[in-house]
This record gives sequence, C-alpha cells and structure tokens, in this order.
Amino acid sequence: MFGLNDNCSIDQDQEYLTLEDYQGRVSRWCAGCGDNGILGATQRLCRDEQLPREKTVFVSGIGCAARFPHYMNTYGFHGLHGRALPIAQGIKMRRPDLHVFVNMGDGDCCSIGTAHWIHALRANMDLVVMLHDNGIYGLTKNQASPTTPTGLKTNTTPRGTMLRALNPLTVTLGVTNASFVAQVGEWIPDLLFEVLKQAFHHKGLSFVRILQRCPHFTPELYNALLTNPDNIVLLTHEKGMQIGETTAKIYKRQEHHDPSDLNRARELAEMSDRVPMGILYRNEEIGRYNEISRSGILPTWERRAEVLESAFDRFGIQASAAE
Amino acid sequence: MKEQTVRVAANSKQIIQAEEHIIEIVSDSGEGAQTAGQMFGTISAKAGNSVWTVEIIPAEIEPPPRTAPGASGNRIRIGSFEITNAGDDAKLVVAFNEQALMGGMSAGKFESGCIVLLESMWGKHPNPAIAREYAATMEKLKQTDYRIYEVPMEAECLKVVQDARRGKNMFVVGMLCNIYSRDLAYAYKEIENKFKAKKPAMIKPNIDLLDAGYRWAEENLDFRFEIPPCPQQGAQLVANGNTSLALGVIASGMEVCAMYPITPATSASHYLSQALYEAGGVVHQAEDEIAACGFAIGASYAGKTAVTITSGPGMALKTELMALSVMAEIPLVLVNVQRGGPSTGLPTKVEQGDLLSAIFGSPGDNPKVVMAPATIEDCFYCMITARKIAETFRTLVVVLSDANLATGQAAFPRPVPQKEWDAPPIDQSPVPKGALPYDWDPKTGLSKRFIPGQPGGMHTLTGLAHTRASGVAYDPEANQEGCVNRSLKLAAFQKTLKAPKVFGDPAGDLLIVGWGSTKGAIEEAVTRARKGGLKVSALHLTYLQPMASGIKEIMQQFKQVMTVEINYSDDPAHELIDENNRRYANLAWLLRARYLIDIDCWSNVYGQPIKPGEIEQMIRDRLSARKTH
Repeated sequence: MFGLNDNCSIDQDQEYLTLEDYQGRVSRWCAGCGDNGILGATQRLCRDEQLPREKTVFVSGIGCAARFPHYMNTYGFHGLHGRALPIAQGIKMRRPDLHVFVNMGDGDCCSIGTAHWIHALRANMDLVVMLHDNGIYGLTKNQASPTTPTGLKTNTTPRGTMLRALNPLTVTLGVTNASFVAQVGEWIPDLLFEVLKQAFHHKGLSFVRILQRCPHFTPELYNALLTNPDNIVLLTHEKGMQIGETTAKIYKRQEHHDPSDLNRARELAEMSDRVPMGILYRNEEIGRYNEISRSGILPTWERRAEVLESAFDRFGIQASAAE
Repeated sequence: MKEQTVRVAANSKQIIQAEEHIIEIVSDSGEGAQTAGQMFGTISAKAGNSVWTVEIIPAEIEPPPRTAPGASGNRIRIGSFEITNAGDDAKLVVAFNEQALMGGMSAGKFESGCIVLLESMWGKHPNPAIAREYAATMEKLKQTDYRIYEVPMEAECLKVVQDARRGKNMFVVGMLCNIYSRDLAYAYKEIENKFKAKKPAMIKPNIDLLDAGYRWAEENLDFRFEIPPCPQQGAQLVANGNTSLALGVIASGMEVCAMYPITPATSASHYLSQALYEAGGVVHQAEDEIAACGFAIGASYAGKTAVTITSGPGMALKTELMALSVMAEIPLVLVNVQRGGPSTGLPTKVEQGDLLSAIFGSPGDNPKVVMAPATIEDCFYCMITARKIAETFRTLVVVLSDANLATGQAAFPRPVPQKEWDAPPIDQSPVPKGALPYDWDPKTGLSKRFIPGQPGGMHTLTGLAHTRASGVAYDPEANQEGCVNRSLKLAAFQKTLKAPKVFGDPAGDLLIVGWGSTKGAIEEAVTRARKGGLKVSALHLTYLQPMASGIKEIMQQFKQVMTVEINYSDDPAHELIDENNRRYANLAWLLRARYLIDIDCWSNVYGQPIKPGEIEQMIRDRLSARKTH
C-alpha cells in the first residue's frame, strides 16, 4: 500500500543492536515505579528481535506511562490524553512496514480514551498495546481512575471510591474482533518479557494489561499477589506460553488453558478471588483492518490522473448541438 | 434585464426572452424533484446556459408528506451570463402539492408575478381534509399576484404509466423543456445515460412521460421562454462543492482521508470512499470526530499529508488535536464544511460562522493557515494548494467551505491534471548525524521533519512544549522559542501571498469585503449597483489567516468599508446595542483588530445564501443614507 516496499532491505553488514542502542532519554519515573520494569522488558524485546530503530514507533497518550516513548531510542509519538490508539492506527494504516507499539495508562485507555480502545480492538490492526494499570492517576497526583479498587481514598474520593473497579480484561474480551488478550505483572520480568514477545508476534492487535505499582499512590495495590503467589493463576499451554522452571516453582497454581477457548478466557478474566496471568485469548484468524481495507492499487500519480479523468468524463459536459 | 416578449407563436403562445430565470421544483421527499432539477440543470447547461442548482433538503429522510418543512426539491438558476450564485427570488415554481408550495411562499422565495405550476389532483382528493386544504391554499393564492396554472400531472402521467408517483418528475422535466424551449434530444440523452447501465427497461416509460409533459405544456400553456445561451469555454464539469472538493483531494496526492459522518460535509467522503480507494488510498470512518483527526494526524506523521473532513461541531471536537498538529508541526488539512451554529444548530443550512473558532478555537497560541474557497471550482483547486502549504510549512491548514458550496451545483472548466499537483514521495533517506527534528531556521521558523523510516532521525514527537531536539521543555526559554518559530512560519508564508484584486474601481464610496461562498452574490450585487451609478467595489479574501499585505491600502481608498457575511452580528439599530457592546460579524472582527479601520458589517443567520438583490438593496440604502447626511 501507498507505494512503499516492505522488502527494501539492502544487504550490508548489519550492526548488532544492543540494549543500550534502544535506550532513549534518562527516565524521570520515580524510583520503584513499575514502568521501569516494562521499559526494560520492552528494550529486551527490541534487542532480541533486532527491530530496526527507525522502523519502530512507540505511541502514547498522556500520563506517567505516556512518557515511555521518550525513553526509547526509536521513533515516538507522545500525543494527547486518550488519543494514542487513533494516532497509532493512522500510522499503521499509512505505514504497514513500521512496528507500532502503544503505551497507555489506565486513565488514558479505560477512561478518556474508552471509545478508541473499544474500536481499536474491533479494527484489530497490527499493534502491540500495553495498558500500564496502576489503578490511579499518578501524574496529576492521586485521583481515582476507573480501575481504582473500591474504597480507596484519593484526592477526588476522600471518602473512598464508591464504584467497583472496571475490569479491563472482561471489557476487552467482550469486544468483537478482540484477537489477543493477556495479563501480566511488571514485577515478574520473565513472564512480562514472554508475554510481550508473544504479543509482538501476534498478527492483529495484542492487548496486554500490565499490573503496575505506583510507589507513591498505590504501592500496595497488588500486595496480595506479591506476598502470596498462589493468588495468581499462571496460564500455560503448548499453544500459549511456555514457562521457565524458576517461574513455575514460584507460581505453583497453574492452569492448562487453551488460548483459543474464548469462554474459558472470559471466566478467567471474571475471577474475583484469583488473578490470571498469561495469554487469555488468541485468535489469528480475525481480519486486520489495515489489510482488509486495502485496494491493493499502487497510489501513483498516473493512477490518480486516471481516476480523475474518468470522474471528469462522468461529470463532464460539453455544450453542443443536440444530436 | 427585463423579460420581453419577442414574438407570438401560431397558437397565440407568447415567446418571452429573458437573460436569466430561476426555477424551483418542490415535492414531498422521494417524489424525485431533486432528480428533475438536476436533470433539467444539466440539459440547460448542455444547451449552452450557465447554470447553478441548489438542493432544497428537509432535515429528515422521510419527513411527513404534504408539509412545508418536509418539502424537498431543487432551485435552478439558468442564464445567458456567468451564473455564480443561487440568485434572487424564483420566477417559476413547479409544486407537486400545495403545502410544499406554501413553504417557499411563506419564506418569501418567489417573486411578484411568479408563475406557479401546481399539481391539481389534491382538489378532488377522496380525503375531504386534503381537498379542503387544497381549496384553502387556492384561496390564499388568489390574494397574491402569482400566475397560477393548475396542472393535472397525476392524471396525465396515468395515461402513460401505471404508477404516477414514480415518474411525475419526468413529466415535469418535459414541461420545463417545453417552457424553456429546450430541444428534447438533450433530455432523451440524459434519460438514456441515467438508465442504460442498470435499468434499460426504464428508458421507454421515462421518455413517454417526458414527451407527455412536453406535449401538455405545448398545448395548455400560453407562454414559452427563451434564455439565450452563454458564451462557452470548451469542456466543463458539473459538480457540487463537495464532489469538487473530493476530486481535489485526489488531485492533491493526499492518500488518507479520515472522517466521521456529519452534515453537510459527509457527501465529500461518500464520493471519496470509492474514488480514493480506486486511486490506492483510503477513507477511514472513525468512531468519532476526535479519532478521525487523530487517525489523520498519525497518517500524516508517518507519511504524506492527510485530510480530515468535517463540519463545525466536528471541528469543535477536534480542537485539541488541531493544537497538537500545530504544536508538533505535523502537516494536516482539515476541511470544515460549515453549517448553522451554535451547537447542533442548523445541520442542513448555510452559515459562515466558524471563522473565528477556526483561527482561535484551540488553547494557547496556535498559528495555522485558514483559507476559504469562494466557488465550486475553488473547492477543487484549494485542496491542492492546502496540501502544498501544509507540507511546505509543516502546518495545519483549515479549509472553510460551507453548505452553500457543498450543495450548490455549477459548471466550471474541466481541469487538466498536472503532475505538479501531486505530493512528492516521502523522504526515507538517512538523517545527517546531529540534525535535530525541530531545527528552526531563525529567519523563517521552518524546520525539516523526520519521518519514521529515516535512519538516524529517531526522536519522540510531543504535544508538550519541546526543545529543538524534541525533548520535553523544562526551561521557560524553550517554550518561548517554540512559540516564536511556529508563529514565524506563518509570517514566512504570509510573505508569499499576493494582495487580492479589487472587483470594480480601486477607489470609491463603499468597499464590500467578503470571504467564502458569498463571492458570487456580492459581486453580482456590486455589478448591479455600479450599473446604477454607485461607487461600490468588492474585495474577496481567500486567505483569512494570514492575510496578504496590501489589504489596508486597498481599504483606505474607500470612504466606507464593510463586510457582508452569513454569520451573526448585532443590529446597531437595536436600542441596547452601541459601540461598547456591539458584536461584529466574524471577518469584521478580524479586520477591525488588524487594520484599526472602522469597518462595519452586514450579516444574518437565516440559514440561506444571501441573495444578490438583498445585498444590492443594502448598498443602495447605505449610500443614499450617506448622501442625505
């Protein structure tokens, strides 16, 4: 599409890119911020996949998580609150040759950008979407977000939040065309890396909810999971994630879950006593909007001129004697 | 020019010659008045007249039948000179029912002595309520000086076809062909073109209906008009402003159009949905206006300039992203086909009320280019210009069209595609070491953008205040520097603009300044007033921000300067209004602020195109009032 050749690599002595090559500006996240772990895992992914830096774009909205692109040495688009997904879709539509990642916080994705979240899932364009979910508005200093647990006192909920937290997994799994849904905690680096890797290789929109601690405002949000790994259900499957020995030793509660089983995925997402981690759902058969909306015609000037001339013929008149 | 009877035909029919005529065809929605109007417009154009047609559109898809607000139809202005607007009051009306007729009548759209051809079937309708309504309307019509002809359209059509409701419109085209002395061969050809591909069986019955209408008018009407042809300039295109604009998008080389349905802008995207696809591009219907703008910005950022098409309420939703495009210097073309406001306002009606919100609508200082096509032909070419400006100056270009252009249909010279219209391929070459993504040139504020795929150009673009390296600006100097450079770009662009040309003498008693779709009506009014000896000229602005140099010098040559616009301004005659609180029309505000000249304005928001006759009258009143002072 758009006259770009996906296969334009030239043979040369390609330099091996190291982790440092993917590091952008020095992070200004707080010490202990879960975003640092997500950044590390992502840089590792880029290195392992040897992604060309100029062909990789990180798109974000606004919030702590949205600073992510600044810390990568790739192209980045730090846009507007809630609007990362439409921008990422525009980029991918115009440039299918680029690797496009999206980083959003829970306010970004699940509050101000909710409509885009739903519709981006439905469009299923080839994007890796990370939801950095720390259950709070951090950058604006401690206001309740849709995923803040009930009863938490914040600056806007001095008597505690009244509503039940929105469950991003059940929402995502309820959307038509959702094709890859996973969940992981940032404090489990190997698992995080493995999930991101699978997300990267998925054809379609991969939605990864990453449970993330905010050291200032929600440091204890995931304490139940940190102190007792049995509260986590690791999802394993030969078609899903393979788990390393060490991880398997810590997270003993595992379920052999076929990621093509949407009903079970929804049940797992709905669990109230335990938290699933791994790939809940994957379906590579769902069409991708950036591909199915193509005409396959090269947009050359000659082609445009042809379309114009035929339109001019259709709308054209020449004052003439009647025949 | 007055109408004049040039001869009397054998059957005592008066043959009247006129320089122009305005016809309205009104019916219930779905009866085909619009098709009839368009077809008669095309026939007239082919016969050599200059033509302007406007759709009369009800707000609903299927409004209640036989009601004034539910009327649907077409206004057709045909002439022997170049027609640039919808003109004044109608001289001939064809009404499929009396209620549709009353709508136009109470709106004062028909001139004194107007000829009315009215379907007569309702008078004998089995429903006594309807028959009574018809009789009551006839009584009212008798109080007017309209020349009423009751036409048994239904009955005549039933002699030819079984279902008269579908086909009455062809009977009407036949009548009009007779009334305006058209060669029927043009009409046969149109019918053939319309049906040959999909419904060839429909050609014969439609031609029969056409013939029946023609015959009926020949036998029953005591008049016929001749509108001599207008000198023609070769091949022409007939299109409405939105189609013209859509063709301009393709011609400009833009490949991505993102939109969300909104009246009256959507028909441009309808056309593009297929045509741009065939040209290898994409029309993306987003989940909302905001997403449409975001999608276009993403596409622009990663490639060639993209376009998003909307109307006023949609532009309001896009303001945050418009400011992002300004701040991050991502080229973008935003088309606003204006409608009546505020809020949801008048979706299908004409207004030019978004000029100030286009210029000032986003938070903070957000310099951008704002331009407005004045004609249907302009709608085509302005897209090519807008794309070039957006790319060259790394800027947002807002194009303000309006419902008047969007639904008006006229002929203009067929464009000849030029390769120089096309956007150059995107740069994917390596970025030199040390080059910065916002390396603002101190003289022009311009910098070269880096597009993903360019090795060495990696940076994170941000809507936050940023440094030349696109880092988040933590020092106050950086923000000031960014604002200076983004504003300088506009100044640099302004230096490329030529002063607009005055229509009429370069000096005089009154200068009328306009912008957008009012050009045709203003210039026609000025021409008429000048013929009457008044020293009035007109100035039309295509670039509203920035404005070309030389405008002040032009205005200074006139004793009075005023704008004529279709947007709200306070009436200075109101007892509560004085110079301390008077709110001016959009352009008047801008001109007053920039040029420190006491510029007046005349504007209204009836949702209709301003008629040349109204402007002419206003000019006469104003200049005679001054004389008597």
